Order: sequence, then structure tokens, then C-alpha cells
Amino acid sequence: MYSEKVMDHFSNPRNVGELADANAVGTVGNAKCGDIMKIYMKIEDDIVKDVKFKTFGCGAAVATSSMATELVKGKTIEEALGLTNKAVVEALEGLPPAKIHCSVLAEEAIKAAIQDYYDKSGIEKKVECSGNCAHCHGHHE
Amino acid sequence: MIYLDNAATTKVKDSVISAMLPYFTETFGNASSTYTTPGQAARKALSEAREKVAGCIGADAKEVFFTSGGSEADNWAIKGIALKNKDKGNHIITTTVEHHAVLHTCEFLEKQGFKVTYVPVDEFGMVNPEDIKNAITDETVLVSVMFANNEIGTINPIKEIGEICREKGVYFHTDAVQATGAVPIDVKEMNIDLLSMSAHKFHGPKGVGALYIRKGVKIDNLLHGGAQELGRRATTENVAGIVGMAQALSEACENMQEKTEKLIKLRDKLIDGILESVPYTRLNGHRTKRLPNNTSFCFRYIEGESLLLSLDMMGYVVSSGSACTSGSLDPSHVLLGIGLPHEIAHGSMRASLSEFTTEEEIDSFIKAVGPIVQRLRDMSPLYEEVERKD
Ligand SMILES: Cc1ncc(COP(=O)(O)O)c(C=O)c1O
Ligand code: FES
Ligand SMILES: [Zn+2]
Repeated sequence: MYSEKVMDHFSNPRNVGELADANAVGTVGNAKCGDIMKIYMKIEDDIVKDVKFKTFGCGAAVATSSMATELVKGKTIEEALGLTNKAVVEALEGLPPAKIHCSVLAEEAIKAAIQDYYDKSGIEKKVECSGNCAHCHGHHE
Repeated sequence: MIYLDNAATTKVKDSVISAMLPYFTETFGNASSTYTTPGQAARKALSEAREKVAGCIGADAKEVFFTSGGSEADNWAIKGIALKNKDKGNHIITTTVEHHAVLHTCEFLEKQGFKVTYVPVDEFGMVNPEDIKNAITDETVLVSVMFANNEIGTINPIKEIGEICREKGVYFHTDAVQATGAVPIDVKEMNIDLLSMSAHKFHGPKGVGALYIRKGVKIDNLLHGGAQELGRRATTENVAGIVGMAQALSEACENMQEKTEKLIKLRDKLIDGILESVPYTRLNGHRTKRLPNNTSFCFRYIEGESLLLSLDMMGYVVSSGSACTSGSLDPSHVLLGIGLPHEIAHGSMRASLSEFTTEEEIDSFIKAVGPIVQRLRDMSPLYEEVERKD
């Protein structure tokens, strides 16, 4: 059902774990829906110096988390904000149609983390989001 | 590969294949071709198969009607009774944890103007016969309660429910797709009016099943056309499939007691092994009143599909009722039906055994599950919070 790339990232996820000195943390999704992604980033001089994730979810959710962290590592904030779920899915060589909703989480988690970074460092910016923010925010207690 | 998904389907036994083969080649005749020798041979095979299947559930041969499987038997029983008995009433009673073959059929009938009561079950997935009794009204024509649940294995008090229905003069159907060939069934003693079964659950072929219809039950046909199956179901009989089903069921019912004891030992070893070696884990379904081959668990803080995939990569085949395996956004209605919150229901795993399952396979499986669950928990933001609290 899944591509080889997806299986590779699922069985061998890159950047799993927590970042003790993270200055940008974003959590999206909720347990009720069956997918939660938490992303930790260390941002310095506008660059994503390091990134880690933890995901509760299906194979597609884990694989997209892993791929998304790979794609933003070392990139500028601007580039990280430009990452779309479509790009992540393409990098994974596709996902079954029923699984696309699981892949949206990674894009949203990155945006949420960057918003957290702005808030924490007193930068008055609001991250524009193409996703369904109401779904993501607030109800992961 | 270690196959522990026998509730989904089973391997066809060699003896079953041997019994079927001649009906594809030498004895390929149409059982409705009256005067031909091959037709006669096919007819004889059909009537023997009907005798065998009837014998396994305590029915008369004339009360067994072959179908294309469990889903058709369920559809036929429910739609056939509802339509035929419309003048008596338009109310059907079933439960919240039935197979979709029953639930979606009832939902379809609701759209046609029938009323359906979905009786809830207890924390083990068991139906309380009193709840059925209380739900029956003057309008009720049918009660449909599954014999045993396909996800969590719980066996219902079928005889008691049958008694209530008989007393109230309401037809009683049971979806026994998981129970047939696995536990003793006697339709007469259990007051069953209609019973669904499916061959591929007991080492028979896929695409063949049967509906038991007690003599005297008023029911409409589902498939209209030729006069096959005593005029109850059109389409040229699937002779080979039917012969295979009868062979498989006869074998399943031979030394059932002995096989059941062996299975229960293995099942309980698996249950204890998992519960002892994996923390934050629950058993779903009743501890003892469950199918001899069924185990079902929920592992907290992880999601079922990723567990399934991980096990599959190591050669263990099981199933899950998580949203991501059900193709919807909600986890299994059965797990929600026994009162589990969504987040726990997402982390389910069903491992179902067969008479071919060995103790070595169970040992190996128990050993494999713990580390895989731990690996997924180490990746889970939910588990992180638990660790912090400890
Ligand atoms: C309880 C129950 N009812 C009905 C069915 C459907 O049977 P079939 O696959 O033969 O249509 C199944 C099998 O998935 C089942 O487990
Ligand atoms: S961050 Fe959740 S949808 Fe935008
Ligand atoms: Zn998912």
C-alpha cells in the first residue's frame, strides 16, 4: 500500500526525539483523531539549525514527519514556512489518497513551531496557514 | 510469516480443496439440468453438502440455503424478514457492535422507512437479554444479534435472547459468521430462526456461505430469477464452493471439544503473555466468554496502523481497528461501542488463531510485540508526558 520511500521513513525515521535546547516547539493534531505531531526546532540567525519530532499516528503520519524534518533542516525560516504538504508527499513518492489528511500534520506542525518561535522571541509576526488551523490548534490537552 | 488474522479469513485446507476439485472438472454439470448424468451428480453433491451443513448446526437439510457468503446471508435475513412482514410492523432491533453487513443493511432499511433500535452492549461487548426484551414493541418483527463479535470475540447469550424472541413472537436472526465451526451451535435448542455463516472463516473457500431459515419463517427472496435453492435464491449453484464449505464445516465440527481446549490454552497464553510483558495494555472483550481463537488488545499511547505495519515488516500478520486502518476518521465502532475513548481505541490490535497456530508461533509473537510497542511509544508525544509523570 505504501511506497518504498514511505516504508523506509516509517521503519527508519530520521530526527526522532526531543531537543533539549529547542526554541521553537509546535504540537498539532489530537489523540481523538488518531494523529499528533510535535516538532522541536532550534532556530539561529533565521536558520533551522536542528529539528526533532515525535509522532503518535499511522505509518503515513510517521513517514511524513520524518521527511518534513529532513526537508527543513538547515533551511531558512522563510523556506521552512514554504514547505507544503504536497512537497512532502512528493518527496515520499506519493501516499494513498485516504492518507493525505495524515500528511497535512507535518506542514502544520512546522508552522506552529515557527509561530511559537516568533511569540517567544517577541517577533510580532503571524504565520500564514493554508491548513485548517481550527482543527490543529487548541484541542490537544 | 506467522499468520494471526484468522478472524479475517483462513487458509483453505488441502482436504477441502481435494473435495472441491472434481466439481470443476469431471462433475461440472449444472445441478438444475434435470435429466443429464452430470446434473444428477451435481445435485447429489448439493444435497449431501446441505445435509452436512445442517447436521453441524442441528438443522434440517431443507432449512439450509447456500449464499455467496456471510454478507449476503445477513442482507437476506434482515431485508427478507423486514419486507415480508411489513404488515405486522416496521421495527427491527439489533446492537451497536454488529458487523457492517448487518449495520449497513439496517441503515439502508431506515432510509426506506423502517425503524431500527441499536441496543448498546456492556464494557465486554456483551448484550444483556433484558435490554432486548425491553426494546421489543408491538411493531417489532426482527431481532438480530451476533453470535460472537468479530473484533473482540465476545460470545453473546444467544439462547436466552432466542427464548425471549420466541416468547414475544418476534423473529430472531444471529450473525454466526465468527462462531460457526468454532463453538457448538444448535439452532433448535437456542431458539434461532435465522443464522448466517461463511465458509472462509473455517478453512473453506471464500465467496460461499449459508443462511439457515427455520421451517415456517416468512421471508422474502433477495435474489430473484431461477428456482435454485428450493426456489428461494436464484443463480446457478456454486457446487464446488458448496461442497468445499460442507467439507470444511464437517471437519471443523469433528472433535471440536478437543480442538477448542487446545486453542483456548494458546489463546490464554497469548493474552497473559502480552498483558504481562507490555505495560499500559488492556484486553478487549470478555476474558472467558470469548471465541477460542480471538485476542484483542489496546496499547495506550500508540496508533494501531503503525503497530500493524511494524509487525508486518517482521512477518507477523494481525489486524487493527484504528481509524487509519478502517479508512474513516473514526476508530472501530465496536471499540467505541464498549465505551473506549477514541485515543485508546486507536491503539488496538487483534490477533486471531486457527487450529494451525503453534505454540512456537505464539511464543515468538509475544516476544516480538513488547519491543515494537516500546519503539512506537518512544516516538509518541503522548508517552513523553507519561514518562515525565513517573
Ligand atoms: C461477524 C461477521 N459477519 C459477516 C461477515 C461477512 O462475511 P463474508 O466475508 O463472507 O461476506 C464477517 C466477515 O468479515 C464477519 O466477521
Ligand atoms: S497550523 Fe494547523 S492548520 Fe495551520
Ligand atoms: Zn493517519
